[in-house]
Amino acid sequence: MMQLQCPFCGYRPENEFDCGGTTAIARPPIDCSDEVWGDYLFFRVNPKGLHAERWRHTFGCGQWFNVVRDTVTHEVSAVYRITESRPRALDP
Amino acid sequence: MSGYRLSAPHGAWIDRSRTLQFDFNGAEVRGFAGDTVASALLAQGIVHVGRSFKLHRPRGVFSCGFEEPTGLVDIGAGRYRTPNTRATDIAAADGMTAKPGNAWPSLAVDLAAMNSKFAALTPAGFYYKTFMWPDWHLFEPAIRRMAGLGVAADGPDPDRYDEVSQQVEVLVIGAGAAGLQAALSAAQSGRQVLLLESGAHSGGWLASQSLQGDASATHRLDDLTRQLAAAGVSLRVNCTALGLYDHQLVVALETVDDVTVRERLWKIRAERIILATGAIERPMLFPDNDRPGVMLASAVERYATHFGVACGKRVVISTACDSGYAVAASLQAAGIELAAIVDYREASAEDAPTGAKVFRGSSIVAVSGSRAINRVGVAANRSGNLQTIDADCIASAGGWTPAVNLYSMAGGKLRWVEDASMFVPGLTLKGIESVGACAGAFELELALDHAGATGRGNAAPAPVGGLGIVPARNTPTPIALAMLGRRPGKIFVDLQNDVCVDDIELAARENYRSVEHLKRYTTMGMATDQGKTSNVNALVLMGELTARTPAEVGTTKFRPPVKPVTLNALAAGRTGERYRPLKRMPGHTWHETKGGLFEEFGGWLRPAAYCKNHEEIIPAAEREALHVRTHVGIFEGSPLGKIEIYGPDAAAFLDLMYVGSMSTLAIGQARYGLLLREDGVIFDDGIVARLGEQHFWVNTTSGGVDRVALAFEEWQQCEYINHRVLITPVTSSWGNVTVSGPKAWKLLAAAGFDESLAPTNMKHMTVRELAYGGAKVRVMRASFSGELGYEINLPAPYTQSLLERLGEVGCEFEAKPYGIEALMVLRTEKGFLHLGADTDGTTLPGDVGMDRGIAKKAANFVGRRSLLRPAALDADRMQLVGLLPVDRTSRLPTGAHIVTKQPPAPIDGFVTSSAYSAVLGMPVALAMLKRGFARIGEVITLFHLGRTLRAEVVKTPFFDPKGERLEG
Ligand SMILES: [Zn+2]
Repeated sequence: MMQLQCPFCGYRPENEFDCGGTTAIARPPIDCSDEVWGDYLFFRVNPKGLHAERWRHTFGCGQWFNVVRDTVTHEVSAVYRITESRPRALDP
Repeated sequence: MSGYRLSAPHGAWIDRSRTLQFDFNGAEVRGFAGDTVASALLAQGIVHVGRSFKLHRPRGVFSCGFEEPTGLVDIGAGRYRTPNTRATDIAAADGMTAKPGNAWPSLAVDLAAMNSKFAALTPAGFYYKTFMWPDWHLFEPAIRRMAGLGVAADGPDPDRYDEVSQQVEVLVIGAGAAGLQAALSAAQSGRQVLLLESGAHSGGWLASQSLQGDASATHRLDDLTRQLAAAGVSLRVNCTALGLYDHQLVVALETVDDVTVRERLWKIRAERIILATGAIERPMLFPDNDRPGVMLASAVERYATHFGVACGKRVVISTACDSGYAVAASLQAAGIELAAIVDYREASAEDAPTGAKVFRGSSIVAVSGSRAINRVGVAANRSGNLQTIDADCIASAGGWTPAVNLYSMAGGKLRWVEDASMFVPGLTLKGIESVGACAGAFELELALDHAGATGRGNAAPAPVGGLGIVPARNTPTPIALAMLGRRPGKIFVDLQNDVCVDDIELAARENYRSVEHLKRYTTMGMATDQGKTSNVNALVLMGELTARTPAEVGTTKFRPPVKPVTLNALAAGRTGERYRPLKRMPGHTWHETKGGLFEEFGGWLRPAAYCKNHEEIIPAAEREALHVRTHVGIFEGSPLGKIEIYGPDAAAFLDLMYVGSMSTLAIGQARYGLLLREDGVIFDDGIVARLGEQHFWVNTTSGGVDRVALAFEEWQQCEYINHRVLITPVTSSWGNVTVSGPKAWKLLAAAGFDESLAPTNMKHMTVRELAYGGAKVRVMRASFSGELGYEINLPAPYTQSLLERLGEVGCEFEAKPYGIEALMVLRTEKGFLHLGADTDGTTLPGDVGMDRGIAKKAANFVGRRSLLRPAALDADRMQLVGLLPVDRTSRLPTGAHIVTKQPPAPIDGFVTSSAYSAVLGMPVALAMLKRGFARIGEVITLFHLGRTLRAEVVKTPFFDPKGERLEG
């Protein structure tokens, strides 16, 4: 069980959180093609290594936030608010 | 009878002033406080404690710790019984009952032991090969009975278990010399330190040296212990780390065994973890090395020094490691007769104690006696020269295996050390360090220096070494074995799963060479001891057979738990109702007094129906539903999901959430709405009412409110971040009492509700806030029954008294409570959608006829784009329709398949809801049917459990199609 840092509550055990998967996926406009919409709905990257993902502190403040996590080691290299963008240094 | 109790001062961990007595398999066993079950049995000369898993050979106690493969006992009786515990790891207690884990049919007379005579017929893979044809199931019951281990408890465990979470700066696991030193240094450099010890006492190997009178060891241990207390290290004994997980989380099991708690599970998060888990002795491999009386040398030593128990009257030490000589010295110091030291090697760095007979370059080739050893045959490896020694105990010292389980669980890779024939940690991990024997550091001074530096935070590579030369392979040579002049006994590698050297040879021959295949084919290392004493020997053998190093054969990943753990310890009291507590409605007691039959609905205990004397639920529900149609019914809907939405952008936000528009609601108006997932599938429904310009009252399904509130939050926080909206779930704050039926208003009026609520003054789908009986209530005119209906929402604590009042004044109108099942009948008669019954994970709004108005809606909403995907526009989609049996009498079972030809065949649809309508005098049903809307009037065929039924496709509602009854 990992330990994650909620930007509002601090370090808490993983079972207080829910993972919402890859973060900052742009929602296509309603007049997009079926293919673009299908990609948005059903396709996700699955990197071995750094992954920017969103988490909710469900059994705490209830807030969503972003995390850059190494999917191999679980090392968390950045925590930032949902409205902020991924730190440049950690660009894929 | 060979073992016996030594006289004081031997046995520092037992208290000779406190005697105890317990029952082992019907025999009375006497011991002292501080004894384990194993030490007490050994002291009484009981060697044979069980039988092996597959071959049913007699087995005894093998070790002195939780690595024990064979000394398995069932402890306690009845509901208190714990099967397959290690006799070496359980404290003996006065009055306890212990039974052999596997002795079918009994310890003394064991029919299955004939298995052992046919051992040559049951090699690795035997079961797979033999019982594949004709049918494994013919053989399975007999095999399971013979191969089983202990017996499970016969009821729920009455003992109590506990769980605690803890956060520390430095966690040290293992309180041997290195662990004590690391903990001390960490504490002295100002860190908060917790030290775990799986045994009852700290000290580890240093303690056994100290207890046998080594003055420098005694001094050193006393010194460490004294300083440790002064430095403020907290020491927790009888606490075994079971697993190491992500981000330095350790789960540990503490055996408490007092009146309040039996076992306590600790979840400990540490900034740094220092592993000091020591090493497990590796046994020698020789024929019949599984006989009761063959034990690990370190165990024989510990039983003498710690428990004052001699494991035999004449002990042979079989060794391939210098540590065997230290054991010889210990035993001699304890006054135990040493028959001989049989050293596999030609030379040793250590000297034998004075007077001890040493056979160098020799192996044990024969062991006589089946339930207890009496003679041992020794042969020289080169010349084969054979001699016989009288002995009743063999202490086996084949080298050491660093306990790297936790290191491996943390993702560590292992490195093979050729000289000492052992695996040690091969790379450093973040926040996790290994010190002492578990790091391969066996030289005390070097290990202590390293542990001290590590404790202070100056981690450096461990000083691996200190064991001298230990050969990897230690089986007797063919020459030595040939001297027997007969077929030698089986050489056991995995004592618990009965895996022998020839099983591993067979696996190699049949090309099961990778460690993963070897393990699965032979079941090597797959028993409850996880091969703690056998894995390295197996890897060495497989390596030799395939010309590889053990490192090339590879190690399997260690997995938690490090030792077997009771399921109740993991559950930690979350059993029965506490596993998932059910919610009770605020009016629960009232329903009890009305004879409500409670069942679970979406996590709530709710009355399914109010059965009259032995009435079944379904007839009761039909009766209650009819009563609502003719009179008036009272229903508690408190679990109904309730969410308040506030804010300047509340209306716009709800337009984005719902298929329908909510911004067009006037204050006081309410509207039914559907919620979709982003893929267009319906995921909840309910009524939304507008209480103010910036204030909405959202109702959801009872089971869906949590996920609806979370979905709203997610959209608000992550997508529509500029919408100023507060989302507040308030389900449990509000009770909900629903009154339905033609006399609903009469009942409310009699109960004193304001005239403004009369159907003439208040329209269907409107909401009023008003005061009633001192409480602020929200009354909504809405109906899930199709009758005139009022939903009275009020502060939850008032619910019970409102129900009581309505019940009292309702006598006059024959007002009666109705349950969930009646509600289902009523809504099915009206064709109202029930989420999760009529819909599934594929249902789109158009499938249930609720896509009207979407095209005209200006705002985007969640899932809208998905309704335009080709799959959503498929003309063959299933649609929700009504069904009536052609004969108007046969019920159409929920789940029945609509077919076009005799199954097996693709289906055309299925029944989703079904009820007998008392008011219509016939059964009605709802179904999802391909192109259903275009098939009204068609007669279709249903198939259900071999029966065929015919039904007519009809429009819904079945009852009151024009909705005239809503006005009462
Ligand atoms: Zn938080």
